[in-house]
Amino acid sequence: MNTEPLSIPARRFTSRSEFLAGVQAELPILIGVFPFGLIYGALAISAGLPSGAAQAMSAIVFAGSSQFVAAGLLGQATPGLVIILTAGIINLRHMLYSASVAPYTHHLRPLWKWLLAYLLTDEAYAVAITHYTQEELENQAIPLEQKHWYFLGAGLALWICWQISTAVGIFLGAQVPASWGLDFTIDLTFIALVMPLLRDRSAVAAAISAGLAALIFHGLPLKLGLVVAALIGIGVGFALEETKK
Amino acid sequence: MNIWLILIITGLITYAIRLSFILFFGNREIPPRLQTFLRFVPAAVLPALVFPDVLLRDGALVLSPLNFRLVAALLAVLAAWRTRNTLLTIVTGMASLWVLQALVH
Repeated sequence: MNTEPLSIPARRFTSRSEFLAGVQAELPILIGVFPFGLIYGALAISAGLPSGAAQAMSAIVFAGSSQFVAAGLLGQATPGLVIILTAGIINLRHMLYSASVAPYTHHLRPLWKWLLAYLLTDEAYAVAITHYTQEELENQAIPLEQKHWYFLGAGLALWICWQISTAVGIFLGAQVPASWGLDFTIDLTFIALVMPLLRDRSAVAAAISAGLAALIFHGLPLKLGLVVAALIGIGVGFALEETKK
Repeated sequence: MNIWLILIITGLITYAIRLSFILFFGNREIPPRLQTFLRFVPAAVLPALVFPDVLLRDGALVLSPLNFRLVAALLAVLAAWRTRNTLLTIVTGMASLWVLQALVH
């Protein structure tokens, strides 16, 4: 009888297999992203954006929530600087993602860094970082040389989905009746995104104070209400967290 | 300001934010206070976007069950809290909105 332990062939991690694994992990998320992009496209058109600009924003900015807000503000003839400031604040959170994935990209050539940073969205980040931390827990030593392919797969899948769904949304544009209230899905998406973040009292306080401040400062000139409200909420959360120490 | 200029500057700022630690600060650890600050960005920004949308009508506060978006949003909050599922939250909110609209009209 053969007493030799069965040798399990070690799974081979190639650039290709990591890339495809990244694409595959991103697919379920795309089910939620597609309608989001579609509504963005339709909304940008109904806000009065030229279709070329609406599509270009998906490629140039490539950040859903800020695109919705920017399209809405552009439609209301808001001063350019306010739009830029507002979108900038909404996208600040990506700095956290950047810091969090940096250990996995520091060995790469600059070209790779530029490419992966461009693809660093909420959805690609979530998939990639879950994969990397899971891997470390299971002690699967995927060589560092292959890791970024997973990120590229997830990011690229999302990018393609976002561009196509935007295009479909632009094409459907005004054909979606306003009575359906599809724009409401944006608020619903934001609700779904924010609820898991409210894990402690400082986060809840930040959320409620920002929301109430947004009501109070809604009439502020130049549509600056959102910026002011966000800063108040961040300030409240930060202050509470600092006093904990 | 020209719309294309706005798009390009917004894109560049967003890109710079994404590049920040990947390219510029390389191996440096994120300072703890900056991390705390950034942690509250989405928690503050998202409600600041949602509150006026569901609570204001033409700039006036509408705290009434006839404010369908408010009722639907509260049900969606409940769904998000219980399930933590984005798709289910959207479905709950949209279904509530449509049912309320159909009941009243």
